[in-house]
Amino acid sequence: MSALVAGIGQAGLLAQELAEPTFAVPGWVAFSLVAVAMVVAALRVVTTDNVVHAALWLIVVLGGNGIIYLLLQAEFVAVTQFLVYLGAIVVLFLFGIMLTRAPLGRSDDLDNNQRAIGITVGVLLLGVISYALIRTFKDDKLYFQAYDGVMAQAGNNRTRALANEIFSPQLIPFEVLSVLLTAALIGAIVLARRD
Amino acid sequence: MLLNQFLLLAAVLFAIGTYGVIVRKNGVLVLMSIELILNAVNINLVAFSTMHGLDGQVFALFVIAVAAAEVGVGLAIILLIYRNRRSVDIDQLDELKG
Repeated sequence: MSALVAGIGQAGLLAQELAEPTFAVPGWVAFSLVAVAMVVAALRVVTTDNVVHAALWLIVVLGGNGIIYLLLQAEFVAVTQFLVYLGAIVVLFLFGIMLTRAPLGRSDDLDNNQRAIGITVGVLLLGVISYALIRTFKDDKLYFQAYDGVMAQAGNNRTRALANEIFSPQLIPFEVLSVLLTAALIGAIVLARRD
Repeated sequence: MLLNQFLLLAAVLFAIGTYGVIVRKNGVLVLMSIELILNAVNINLVAFSTMHGLDGQVFALFVIAVAAAEVGVGLAIILLIYRNRRSVDIDQLDELKG
């Protein structure tokens, strides 16, 4: 009898899972592909012996970052990432490489002799952070519950909710940021111009 | 999807970026490694914003803007170093060493 009840319960659960289609599996597949590509590309950025290739591998990491934002349902941040990083910062890096006349082919003198220290620090950092994260968050699921309230206020529109957030509580940091950008612009021009 | 998968990916990218900052000696490559670190932090901010409200996304946008300013000024400094010393080797800039 109890086995029958359990069987019915399981069937009910199965039916519930089938009735509510989730994007868990496609989400996992997309995340795994993007994560592997990003880690490989990041390793190539810090190990390749060609400066231009490092800048091109950086494009993979930054683009993957944008896709990760999309998986986290942060569309506005993702679009900003694509525009600012892929559109501007990578081009700036390529200009920097050309203006400093770095060796455009392979070159052996891009690394110093601190590789052992670098690997030690990296592995140690990764170990400590992962231990803390796995202990703290274990297998917590992403529910996006924080988006529901603000989205209901903003007419079910997440970008509008983000705009409400920037232009009312965060307005002063936003304005300070524009002053900072102006200062950085003037500073870069003053530094780089020839007298 | 789990929260931890995003946080662990960010931790891996952060560690790789730190390795790059320590090991690289070309100034432009050091700046690229710093970009890796800032992007890892941004993944964390956006992942936590799914739990705690949109502040995290706003902060990620601020970090993107500050990173753009940082790259502009950083590349200007590296350009100036190149003009003065005909090389962008960070390890040769040791005048402050006694």
